Amino acid sequence: MTEKIIAAHAGLEEVKPGQLVNAKVDVIMAHDITGPPAFKALKNNNLVDYIDPEKIVLVLDHIVPPKDIDSAMNCMTVRQFAEEKNIDHFYDIGQGGIAHNVLPEEGLVAPGDLAVGGDSHTCTYGALGCFATGMGHTDIAAAMALGEVWLRVPETLKFVYNGKIGKYVTGKDLILNTIGKITVNGANYKAMEFVGNAIKSLPMEQRFTMTNMVIEASGKNGVMAVDDVTRKYVKGRVDREYNVYQSDEDAKFEKTYEFDVSDVPPLVAKPYSPDNIASVEEVKGVKVDQVFIGSCTNGWLGDLRQAAEIMKGERIAKGIRLIVIPATMGIYRQALKEGIIDVFIDAGGVVAPSTCGPCPGLHQGVMGPNEVGVFTTNRNFRGRTGHPEAKIYLTNPYTAAATAITGEITDPRSI
Amino acid sequence: MILEGKVHKFGANIDTDVIVPGKYLVTTDPARLAPHCMEGIDPEFSKKVHKGDMIFAEENFGCGSSREHAPIAVKAAGVSCVVAKSFARIFFRNAINIGLPIMVCPEAVDYAKSGSAVRVDTDSGMVNVDGKSFKAEPFPEFIASIIQKGGLMEYVKERLKQKESHP
Repeated sequence: MTEKIIAAHAGLEEVKPGQLVNAKVDVIMAHDITGPPAFKALKNNNLVDYIDPEKIVLVLDHIVPPKDIDSAMNCMTVRQFAEEKNIDHFYDIGQGGIAHNVLPEEGLVAPGDLAVGGDSHTCTYGALGCFATGMGHTDIAAAMALGEVWLRVPETLKFVYNGKIGKYVTGKDLILNTIGKITVNGANYKAMEFVGNAIKSLPMEQRFTMTNMVIEASGKNGVMAVDDVTRKYVKGRVDREYNVYQSDEDAKFEKTYEFDVSDVPPLVAKPYSPDNIASVEEVKGVKVDQVFIGSCTNGWLGDLRQAAEIMKGERIAKGIRLIVIPATMGIYRQALKEGIIDVFIDAGGVVAPSTCGPCPGLHQGVMGPNEVGVFTTNRNFRGRTGHPEAKIYLTNPYTAAATAITGEITDPRSI
Repeated sequence: MILEGKVHKFGANIDTDVIVPGKYLVTTDPARLAPHCMEGIDPEFSKKVHKGDMIFAEENFGCGSSREHAPIAVKAAGVSCVVAKSFARIFFRNAINIGLPIMVCPEAVDYAKSGSAVRVDTDSGMVNVDGKSFKAEPFPEFIASIIQKGGLMEYVKERLKQKESHP
């Protein structure tokens, strides 16, 4: 499927793994960290006039509202570029949220697209049946100038998930389980294709959670086939024609992994790596200082609903902090309507504006030395969320909510 | 190009969060990033490293975030080359794009210790560690041409010319 999408964008009948191609891009995303240096590279090389504003999406998400003068200046640079170059798809503070949730929600990325973004979690969009991958800011500048990128066609690893997903188990647990099996280096340079009945049973948001963490296995991109769930999601969001690519029945995969999901429990990734997987049960009782529910991985409306289901009418434990960040303003507004925001505030939590915030240790909940966090985010590398001695456990939103109530890592099935 | 220095050896899956922690991402100024290079794993690294020294690492160097700040900081700290068993793909592209020499040479990594004297010939791909020579994996021709041009933006300009003359 990845090969078909790349071939179509390279103007070729077919492509083979290992082949280097120039592929046309449909969508190029940059944010407040990667936008400014990309624009600088364009300006320094007199390439600004070559860009196609239609293809560019700019989202202020990493450090917004700005926490200091440097981050304010980065936002100013993006804002100014958007105005000068007439970029319609510019999302300022209060208009968008986290890019990887904004793009699908606003219908800016569609099945069959080839999308690149100046952020490693750009791979999120692959759940829509498109090719999406993250790059550095120089590559993004080049994509903006050329409207194309050079790509090495990746080998594809196939992941088959069958069986019935258990209670309080989510797409997050399926992807953590997978990364635990193949390690953080398990898919380097490769495409990850997710199939099986269990994937078909997942709502769109939890599919995004899975493709979002493809990069945690060092994957290049993740894809899922378009089905009724996808079509329903993009209907009313994507207002252009799109292409549906399916893998052939006899498609070649470098390797196939099969999982029976019925015995996957709620999982955690222990410090300091997303492949350091254990069941929540195995680490229950670990004292926690801060719970964070949010990020491009698990800041979706469905994630907030899951957390609220556990927290309704409860109070968080003494001494623990709960930070909730709806991934986009659209999610924030809907959560308000549904009374979900009240649930968190009534419980003693704080709800912050849509931003990447504490996930990459930027603001709104940075961790101190030896503090322990339960985060619904994607990475728990040393120093990722603040001090190098802070310890982060990655979980799904149910587990994070259960932990906030008890003050220690708690299996949501036990309360 | 001949590069010479001492080896600073690191393990597998060195992620970009330890190469440059997130709090420094507000700038891409090499001078501001250099003092924080490898800070998440060795806070003293930028003081220990001498101009020309090299980072040797196991598999998947530079995994995680797409931050180009990582190779910028490595280069600005004075590191002349990174030799690893393998690189994470975004770091690989970023390093090529900004002209930080990198080499894939598993045997040299196994042989080298921190403090080893190393000499790299980026043209021939020969890596000499404490007098013993190893051959790095050659780059595909296209990637070698980006390196020769001095980075991705030079390639972009040529490609645009090419597209204008053959639309």
